[in-house]
Amino acid sequence: MEGSATKTASSLLPPRAESWFAAQLRNIAPFVTLIFLVALFSIASPSFATLDNLNNILQQISVTGIMAVGLTFVILTAEIDLSVASVANATGVVVAFFTAQDSSVNIANVPLPGWAAIVIAVASSAALGAVTAVGMTIIGIPSFIMTLAMLQIGAGICALLVRGQIAYAVPKLIATLGNGSLGPVPWIIIVAALVLAAAHVVLTYTRFGRYVYMVGGNREAAEYSGVNVRAILAAVMIISALCSGLAGMLGVAHFGSAQQDEFDNYLLDSISAVVVGGTSLFGGQGGIGNTIVGLLVLGVLNNGLDHVNIDSFLKILIRGLILLAALIVNVYAQRLRSRRRAAAS
Amino acid sequence: MQAPTPLLQLTGIEKRFGGVVALRGVDFRLHAGEIHGLAGENGAGKSTLMKIIAGVHTDYSGRMELEGRPVRFRSARDALAAGIGMVHQELSIVPELTVAENVLLGAQPTNKLGFVDWRRMMTEAGEHLQSLGISVDVRAPIGALPLGLQQMIEIARVIFSGARIIILDEPTSALSPPEIERLFELLRQLRAQGRSMIFISHFLDDILRICDAVTVFRNGQKVASSAAAIDKMWIIDHMIGAGHQELEESYLGEFQLKSRTEAPVVLEAEDLCLRGAFEDVGLRVHAGEVLGLYGFMGSGQLELTRSLFGKLPPERGRVRIMGKEVRITSTAVAKRAGLAFLPESRRSMLFALEPVYRNISISILERLSRLWVKPATERALAHEQVSALRIRPPNVDLPVGTLSGGNQQKVALARWLTHLPHVLLLNEPTRGMDVGAKEDVVRIVRDLSARGVGVLVASTEPETVLALADRILVMKKGRIVHEFAGEAVSKDRLLAAA
Repeated sequence: MEGSATKTASSLLPPRAESWFAAQLRNIAPFVTLIFLVALFSIASPSFATLDNLNNILQQISVTGIMAVGLTFVILTAEIDLSVASVANATGVVVAFFTAQDSSVNIANVPLPGWAAIVIAVASSAALGAVTAVGMTIIGIPSFIMTLAMLQIGAGICALLVRGQIAYAVPKLIATLGNGSLGPVPWIIIVAALVLAAAHVVLTYTRFGRYVYMVGGNREAAEYSGVNVRAILAAVMIISALCSGLAGMLGVAHFGSAQQDEFDNYLLDSISAVVVGGTSLFGGQGGIGNTIVGLLVLGVLNNGLDHVNIDSFLKILIRGLILLAALIVNVYAQRLRSRRRAAAS
Repeated sequence: MQAPTPLLQLTGIEKRFGGVVALRGVDFRLHAGEIHGLAGENGAGKSTLMKIIAGVHTDYSGRMELEGRPVRFRSARDALAAGIGMVHQELSIVPELTVAENVLLGAQPTNKLGFVDWRRMMTEAGEHLQSLGISVDVRAPIGALPLGLQQMIEIARVIFSGARIIILDEPTSALSPPEIERLFELLRQLRAQGRSMIFISHFLDDILRICDAVTVFRNGQKVASSAAAIDKMWIIDHMIGAGHQELEESYLGEFQLKSRTEAPVVLEAEDLCLRGAFEDVGLRVHAGEVLGLYGFMGSGQLELTRSLFGKLPPERGRVRIMGKEVRITSTAVAKRAGLAFLPESRRSMLFALEPVYRNISISILERLSRLWVKPATERALAHEQVSALRIRPPNVDLPVGTLSGGNQQKVALARWLTHLPHVLLLNEPTRGMDVGAKEDVVRIVRDLSARGVGVLVASTEPETVLALADRILVMKKGRIVHEFAGEAVSKDRLLAAA
């Protein structure tokens, strides 16, 4: 009978294991991918599995990681923030703009004490996030379009401030955190780890974190439970902008320059990290743990491809394919769960 | 009537959802030119069987024969191609499109260049509707028409796409008596053309008026089928089995309402207005009183409670809670003022993937914690509610989506019971529930009102309002048109007032 034939594939597992598998698919798949990639590159290249290279990988994913933290909050509420890289760039440029530059730098900047430059930069990223929040929650613009506009606005701020020039100096604190080391460990890795850890604590153990998941899980139900959904969404957009701002300041210090279009790759990277890690694009499922795995997958992939001597143009295609595979798993996992839910009701 | 080969015959149909058996060993026959009524409590298996016939559910065991030939549909499209169409309770029309576009949806005539041939579409749709005796402007957007007409147009569409068997799911539940009359006229005409219809309904009087044969379901089994003349008692007896005195009364009996209470007013609304939903609504809910709001679908009672809770706040009017005027601008404000609300659809009030305890604690989280969540306390509170409300299975860590409908409803109710609100607003609190769960919900609401909570129950089902309310307001086209208090009222009188 056809009906029973369609069931055989899933019936290979006992029902309990099957449901566990369905629930965990989005968590297992990225982890398996990571292990597979690490094994693959370790075999393919002797220079891959070294402590030095681990340090490299972690440094390479730190800036993306801080940005991805904010995005995780946003995506958990089933919204999206396309302005993360742009806000990061703007904040990095702002902090440099208010720092004394070398005389060779031809920018009409406003030198201020380091702490003041940092406060202004943080405040401007928060302000950009607040504008997004107002656009979304009060005016009612969908996040996709609203943050697309903010992407342009961020790029505009960068363009106006640096006018095609490059600034190099940033406040000392930022320079240390972005480019210095604590013993053998670069500060930027420590900062990224702290931000990830703090975000995990907020999402898992605080009331606000619970609301983030609930709003993403079922916005209507959250509203009917008396949750102030708009406040949660506004907070999440501001958190995202603040994370981007921090990533931008440290990134500028890490790369040693502040200029236009510096972070262009980071939008795709940070979204990829969150989604590859298994956080649901439909909201409510996933978290920082997933984002960490996603970051490592991307980091290992980018770094590993450098070790195995692959056509650098092919690398771009491979990354695209990995992202596609992750999206397929993401959507498939969602469908598996909702089918089980439908069957149960 | 009894033709040698039935048009449609199902034998030994069995269907499971996970571990739950929804249908066991069901036989069903439908003859050409027959209107066949299906009765049964919610969850008895009627809809499941219809979805199998209409190609929605594909993994079942058993045999289906259409005109003596075995068939097995792989999709609803498959079923429609074989001549079986379904008209769901929630119509699948596109409100923004014209009547003609809706009738010919997916089959619009095109000209040589492949563009839609508007003139032909209008004439074809017009002629088709005319032939069914439906006179309507085919250029009008369908959303602007009365619901009864929309439904008839949807039936026309199903027929236009070639259906000989039309499954109607609760076609009369949202209609006014004259609209029902027109619908029945159409159904009789279709029967005269030799088409067959399956008529699923909770309204036994409607079934008895229009159907040639009746099949009754209970607990996933067909318990009786008759083509002979039958009466309401026969259906009810088979539907509920023996011993459900309470339910039986709810179908037939009169209900004695209480007179207006002297208890303090907990919720007072004056002159409330929301364009397109309700107008000039004024009402008072007293402490410990269950006030029923009854009306046909689209009369505004469901919108009114939703609006009172701050989802689409009223455009005009005043609301006082415990004597204090409150401007309700959002659900968060409404909750803080002491209101609680359960919407009519479970999907919009539960977090299906989250465990039971989080679904219960969500509305009291700010009382439990300032910063950190306290899962242990949440679980303990949830446990109390789960045992008090007899939620099955009694495991607060299960995702709520795995519970049955009635238990899900109880979980949603439990959300508002750990800290009692002043006023509980309920939309369709017992829709889609089995008898036992219904009785539990009635008991819970009674218990709440005994503890001084004012309850406002909005429903389109007379049984629900009658079973729960102390006093009843009837709404019609967004206005309150009648009040029943301190008198005996039956379903008939209630329907007549709406």
